[in-house]
Amino acid sequence: MTGNSPLLSVEGLTIDLPAQPGLVQDVSFEVGRGRSLALIGESGCGKTLTSMAILRLLPPGLTIAGGRIVFDGTDLLTCSPRELRAVRGGPVGVVFQEPMSSLDPTMTVGDQIAEARLLHLGERRSVALRRAEELLDRVGIPNAAQRVRSYPHELSGGMQQRVMIAAAIACDPKLVIADEPTTALDVTIQAEILGLLRDLQRDLDLAVLLVTHDLGVVADFCDDVVVMYAGHVVERASIDELFYSPGHPYSSALLASVPQSGSPRTRLAVIPGRVPPAGRFPAGCRFQPRCVHNRPEVCGRPQPDSVLAGAHRSRCGRVASGALTVEGVPRG
Amino acid sequence: MTAAVQQETAPARRSRTRVLREVLRKPAAAVSIGYVLLLVVLAIGGRWIAPHDPDVQDLGNRFAGPSLEHWFGTDDFGRDVASRIINAAAVTISAPAISVGIAVAIGLPLGLWAAVRGGWVDAITGRLADTVLALPALVGALAIVAVLGPGLVTTMIAVGIIFSPAIFRVVRGAALAVTEETFIRAADAVGSSRRRTLWVHVLPNIAAPLLVQTTILMGVALLVEASLSFLGLGVQPPDASWGSMLKAAYANQFDAPYAVVPPGIAMVLTVLAFNTIGDAIRDAVGLRRRT
Repeated sequence: MTGNSPLLSVEGLTIDLPAQPGLVQDVSFEVGRGRSLALIGESGCGKTLTSMAILRLLPPGLTIAGGRIVFDGTDLLTCSPRELRAVRGGPVGVVFQEPMSSLDPTMTVGDQIAEARLLHLGERRSVALRRAEELLDRVGIPNAAQRVRSYPHELSGGMQQRVMIAAAIACDPKLVIADEPTTALDVTIQAEILGLLRDLQRDLDLAVLLVTHDLGVVADFCDDVVVMYAGHVVERASIDELFYSPGHPYSSALLASVPQSGSPRTRLAVIPGRVPPAGRFPAGCRFQPRCVHNRPEVCGRPQPDSVLAGAHRSRCGRVASGALTVEGVPRG
Repeated sequence: MTAAVQQETAPARRSRTRVLREVLRKPAAAVSIGYVLLLVVLAIGGRWIAPHDPDVQDLGNRFAGPSLEHWFGTDDFGRDVASRIINAAAVTISAPAISVGIAVAIGLPLGLWAAVRGGWVDAITGRLADTVLALPALVGALAIVAVLGPGLVTTMIAVGIIFSPAIFRVVRGAALAVTEETFIRAADAVGSSRRRTLWVHVLPNIAAPLLVQTTILMGVALLVEASLSFLGLGVQPPDASWGSMLKAAYANQFDAPYAVVPPGIAMVLTVLAFNTIGDAIRDAVGLRRRT
């Protein structure tokens, strides 16, 4: 509750599937008040699981095996179901990946936005619906007064995602968790949705946890980055640190694989191989089979989460010890 | 842009009644609904609407053919067949209503519970449903009648219990599919409790298959009631049911061969109406899913 403590802190989060322990292992990060943090990584690296675990919204079968998740003074892993429900949709809003399937087809969008206010603020439906209308207007939906009574299938994908965002901010949350909010949308709409999120973040002093695999979005939107690979956090850095002086070979390889508009007719760098399937992770550094800087005698040992500078941390022992320097994006 | 938006908002205001409009657009379904409504009116007001007292005998005028005085003729006691058909509408409507009502009252909550809880709850309720389902409705009802004695209400309650697995299975299957949807997780994410999510988000989304199943069971229940009354185990004389009238007509088919026609046709039309409504709802909902 104190001003200095982070809004959300995740420490040593481990998620297990009965057959595959350590699907997500020892994940730690913090989100400061009003800050935006990106959780990036390839498909299947556990970034969505991590973001869903915060509000304990994991699909059945997956269990949180260890760690602590503290939001604004509440330990979300040990609190009662009632306390958890009070946080869900209240001070923490969630935006899901696919807007079309995250809205109830039998309910008007107004009612779905109003739902959180009915539940958390005990407002009457008519009052909450008026507020829903304002929210629709706020997220840039024209004709809000009529749209309140629309059903989800009457809206386009971009509009549906705006509705989801309106629902997520219905109770003036402190944190919005957005799980790849633009993946299911086409490119022009993506930019609009991200622009909307940024405006809201600034105007409402929101903290945003953005799950994405798009480095362009990260560069545009976020203050800090957590890079995940195969269920591990490999690097935690500010945007500038990540882009200009990355602290992990994986981050560096990711940056190199972004097409550059300034250098035509060059071969695009790729990371060879693919993410190992859960349960077949190598011992030690999980990235080592694909890493060009691989030294089996060093990388086969568990890699500690080491501080590089300030809040910049890396899970590569060779970078931390100074034995290896990896390249970022050239400055300028 | 604005033109498109306005064009879209016009139907939005009325879309709560969208399924109903879709159903009524089909002539067959509209006629069926009208027919069922007519039955309901007859069931409630039959005493006043019927041209004659259904129970007054006129033994000098047995097996009279259709005439202006007696539209469908008279039966073996000289009673007016038309009036008896009209009066039997009450039984025709209330018997399926009782049994299907009970089937829903048992099957719906258990189906939801099984779908949401899974595990041993699902296993036990599922096996229970299989057991009851193994019993044909008519045979089960006969067994109950053998124990409790003939009577419309007890038998229809028994039929309702035997029907409940049919509802249970539809509800469980549909609810399982719905609870997998992201919007159920989204409901969790805004802090909705399990029970509230069930009522507010799951139930409306399984309403369509439930309605279809309900209308089909109404038709089956009507036939079960008619069968029991035909066997003399349902409605007791002098009260009439279409089944018991059919039985009387059958016994006297050499004296009055046409007497099987009025109750028979009434029954066929009613079952047909229930099934047509069920089909129309299914189609209307299917249409809605596709858009």
